[in-house]
Amino acid sequence: MLGVNVKKKLGALDFDLSFEASEGRVTALSGPSGAGKSTVIHMIAGLLKPDSGTILLKNRPLFDSDKCIDIPVEKRRIGYVFQEALLFPHMKVMRNLTYGMKGVSKGHANLDFDHVVGLLGLSHILKRSPTTLSGGEKQRVAIGRALLMSPALLVMDEPLASLDQERKDEVLPYIKEVSLALEIPIVYVSHSAQEIAALTDRVVFIEAGRRGRGNKSGPRITRNAL
Amino acid sequence: MDFFTLSEQELQALLLSLKVSLWAVAGSLPFGIATAWLLARRNFPGKTLVDVLVHLPLVVPPIVTGYMLLILFGKRGVLGAFLGETFGITFAFNWKGAAMASAVMAFPLMVRAVRLSIEGVDRRLESAARTLGANRTRIFFTITLPLIAPGIITGSVLAFARALSEFGATITFVSNIQGQTQTLPLALFTMTQVPGGEYGAMRLCLISIGVAITALVASELLSKKLATRIKGA
Repeated sequence: MLGVNVKKKLGALDFDLSFEASEGRVTALSGPSGAGKSTVIHMIAGLLKPDSGTILLKNRPLFDSDKCIDIPVEKRRIGYVFQEALLFPHMKVMRNLTYGMKGVSKGHANLDFDHVVGLLGLSHILKRSPTTLSGGEKQRVAIGRALLMSPALLVMDEPLASLDQERKDEVLPYIKEVSLALEIPIVYVSHSAQEIAALTDRVVFIEAGRRGRGNKSGPRITRNAL
Repeated sequence: MDFFTLSEQELQALLLSLKVSLWAVAGSLPFGIATAWLLARRNFPGKTLVDVLVHLPLVVPPIVTGYMLLILFGKRGVLGAFLGETFGITFAFNWKGAAMASAVMAFPLMVRAVRLSIEGVDRRLESAARTLGANRTRIFFTITLPLIAPGIITGSVLAFARALSEFGATITFVSNIQGQTQTLPLALFTMTQVPGGEYGAMRLCLISIGVAITALVASELLSKKLATRIKGA
């Protein structure tokens, strides 16, 4: 279980948000651009420090302003899939995938290599260089890389936003597969109602840094997408 | 004597120059990378001062640099006396001093090239590595360093070429002693000062140009190769 309850002032945005995400299912964060969706993910991963509040993962605090706890990014064990794949360009796919496996103790490992490679259909591209991959393949490798560090939580920050429709349709089923195979919470940021509908019915709408109802933007995007 | 046969003095100067320049680059490279990284990535009080100090040898007369080195690292210099007594290392009037003079003169060029390449690294890649559990040391050696390798090569070759051509600071700091501190440019200078030295001077000119061109071409080829490897073609 992931429990987020954070405050942060960021320019004009007065951020005050709390939500929970439970094991084995996708919690979608949705809302208009600039509402602070990525900000939340950054704070959960430790790339951005909240002004106050708590972030709990499996009842263990990752951040607690009262107790002065702020676990550094590299110790949080949060698999992060960015909008762009951000694969390491000087390493082959294989080394990209295994980069995060170092330091994961056997007892912690919750997914083995072959399983992840099979799940994401990567076996034929292991020896390729990231620059030779299509956008969809890159993003699948990025997802695999995040999974292989055996994360306690998987966060995905608009992982399909930089892809064209065809690639989106290619990658989305893989994400669906992954979400069904994992027993950890998954937080999925997107403003596409279509993507969200395909993955989950649990949606947290964010508007101007706070929980919103989201009844204005949701259906309209759905219609456009269909 | 055949025009293409090197005299002992010329050969000595050539070999000494190569040795001095290689050591100048090798010895200053770790400091160069560290300084470039600090200047590219960190904000600290006195950053401008560090930046100015690094670039100073580029803009003051080389004699000033040489004289400063003499004051600091000469036998009775503040640091020179300390190093001599504690570690038995002396820089005054030997090839080590020549290497140090060359290193100081070449330092700004090295730092500039490395700094530019560090600034060109996509920092989101480093963030990605952090989320994958890598600490700062591992990120530096597995992500940052390989990505800036072309910049390090460029910086090293520029520094090497600059070290080869070093004259003013060297002659001021360690003087012009044949076989000890007389590098190519110093030998060349000596030959232009004595009657009948024209042929030797011309040969050393051609050698200097040849060595410099070889270094530049080699670096160009090497960085191209590295760049394609990084881009993964």
